[in-house]
Amino acid sequence: MLEAYPQNRLARIVLWSFAALVMAFLMLPTLVVVPLSFSASNLLEFPPHAYSLRWYENFFGSATWMAALRTSLILGTLTALIAVPFALLACISMNRLGGKSAASIQGVLLTPSVTPGILLAIGLFFVLAAQRLVGTLFGVLVGHVVLAVPVACIVLLPALARFDWNQVQAARSLGADWARAIGEIIVPQLRLSLLSATLMAFLTSLDESVISIFVASGRNSTMPKLMFISLRDQIDPTIAAISTLWTAIVVVVVVIVALRQKSLPSRKS
Amino acid sequence: MTSLPITIDSVSKAYGSYVALDDVSLDIQAGEFLTLLGPSGSGKTTLLMALAGFVRPDSGKLLLGDRDITRLAPNKRDIGIVFQNYALFPHMNVLANVAYPLALRKTPRAEARQRALATLARVKLDGLAERNIAALSGGQRQRVALARAIVFEPRVMLMDEPLSALDKNLRETMQYEIRRLHDDLGITTIYVTHDQREALIMSDRIAVMNSGRIQQIDTPQRIYDRPSTRFVAEFMGEANIVAPGSVRRIDGAEASGETLMIRAESFHLDAELVGADGVALEGTLRAKAFRGENWLLTLALDGGQEVLVCIPAALAGGCAELAAGQRMTAYAPAAKVHAIPGALA
Repeated sequence: MLEAYPQNRLARIVLWSFAALVMAFLMLPTLVVVPLSFSASNLLEFPPHAYSLRWYENFFGSATWMAALRTSLILGTLTALIAVPFALLACISMNRLGGKSAASIQGVLLTPSVTPGILLAIGLFFVLAAQRLVGTLFGVLVGHVVLAVPVACIVLLPALARFDWNQVQAARSLGADWARAIGEIIVPQLRLSLLSATLMAFLTSLDESVISIFVASGRNSTMPKLMFISLRDQIDPTIAAISTLWTAIVVVVVVIVALRQKSLPSRKS
Repeated sequence: MTSLPITIDSVSKAYGSYVALDDVSLDIQAGEFLTLLGPSGSGKTTLLMALAGFVRPDSGKLLLGDRDITRLAPNKRDIGIVFQNYALFPHMNVLANVAYPLALRKTPRAEARQRALATLARVKLDGLAERNIAALSGGQRQRVALARAIVFEPRVMLMDEPLSALDKNLRETMQYEIRRLHDDLGITTIYVTHDQREALIMSDRIAVMNSGRIQQIDTPQRIYDRPSTRFVAEFMGEANIVAPGSVRRIDGAEASGETLMIRAESFHLDAELVGADGVALEGTLRAKAFRGENWLLTLALDGGQEVLVCIPAALAGGCAELAAGQRMTAYAPAAKVHAIPGALA
């Protein structure tokens, strides 16, 4: 990496400016909703003429929004709790199998992440309809787990590829059954990757809108579903307040994880 | 601790068309130190992993004592294993690593701690119990791995090239220490290595493997002096395989009609040192090299075959004056001339 770093002063300024522009391009669309959410106006206007917290009050005071928030948090938590252990076991088996069989399992597991969401949602809708599960929280959960498993696998596979499998054999020879070898040898050493995978699975569920729109009923609407509906029906800065809160939650979680990774001593290979 | 004999009965294992183990049978006595010696790919590690339970044989049986363990889960075999890369648990300190097998056996905490500390003292690691694995040297890691493998008093110990990552001096120290530990514990030990010196120094018996088969199994001295195949002869040290016609008896009696194996260091340049029933090889000196403790002479026999002659520096008064191209005769005592029928076929 460092060889590519320019020695020339002008080249360095150009490089930094370009990087700053890219960052701005990525961040600004997200950040523009922040001032909007503090507007006192009934309309989405930028820049706002006056500031207030009324849209935050509106959000926290609304039974509908609070129910959706609760649904989303429950779904996100359950999705992570189911998808990550499943992904860990799947990745261990792929790691051990190797060769063509592992590649085909990986192909199947990762398919949902490359299938257009709308197709997945339609397919899931018919499957759930046959089981009379459309409109249930369980139905949405199934959809979210299907989406979160590939995400967790993508985080865990490379971590397992670096893992020294002899340690598991050593634990086995010392008397550990599979469950204890996984729980006491693999899990503690992959804790950072597992934390990332859990976070990514949680965020996958939190972010997911298409399956929720198709499968969730009014009673258990998720936040993204309710945001879509409210954008369609009435546009007011409540949506900006929610987006700001949503972004803040994600940033806080990511920062916590990043700091935790930094505070742990880096391990030698 | 009661150690157990091991019976390996016609075990075979193939990976696709590659045969890792080809009908291997071997009896290891209780308390014996047996080395599986061979080049990489000879099947020695596969055999060890089959005993450990990580490789399932395609056919054949493995017995520990009189119990069939061929299909027993690795965690139920009660076998201590030392891995080539030690496979210590980096998220546990030294004490926790050594106490882990005891924790798995539900040993009370205080007792487990005391036994782990005693075992650490036994491998000369007193005072390092609270260290992190990352803070240990290679030799210390090796000792932790040993302690962890013996702390639960297994009835068999398997070691997979445990010293290959250490430097030469440390390796020699550890060879004696592992052997002493084996003698103290009286535990049946199967040791895998590709280093023939290590095998000779440490073992009660050596099983030389090649291409998934056991070539020969015997005591170190017999394996070295009386190899049964050309492969074993050459793997164990500098071996000359000589056609019968190139050799004459010093006393003029008729020489053996067999193909002969004579080790380079069995030769003398002085017929007096050999005895009348010894053999003589005549030829032209092709090259000579001083190797510190000895001289290595390359002798071209009249039939064209080259023979390596190794003369200890202490006995090699005249070697420095020898010149390439000069005629000379090397002598070997009868006891060091070993027939390997068919070795030149």
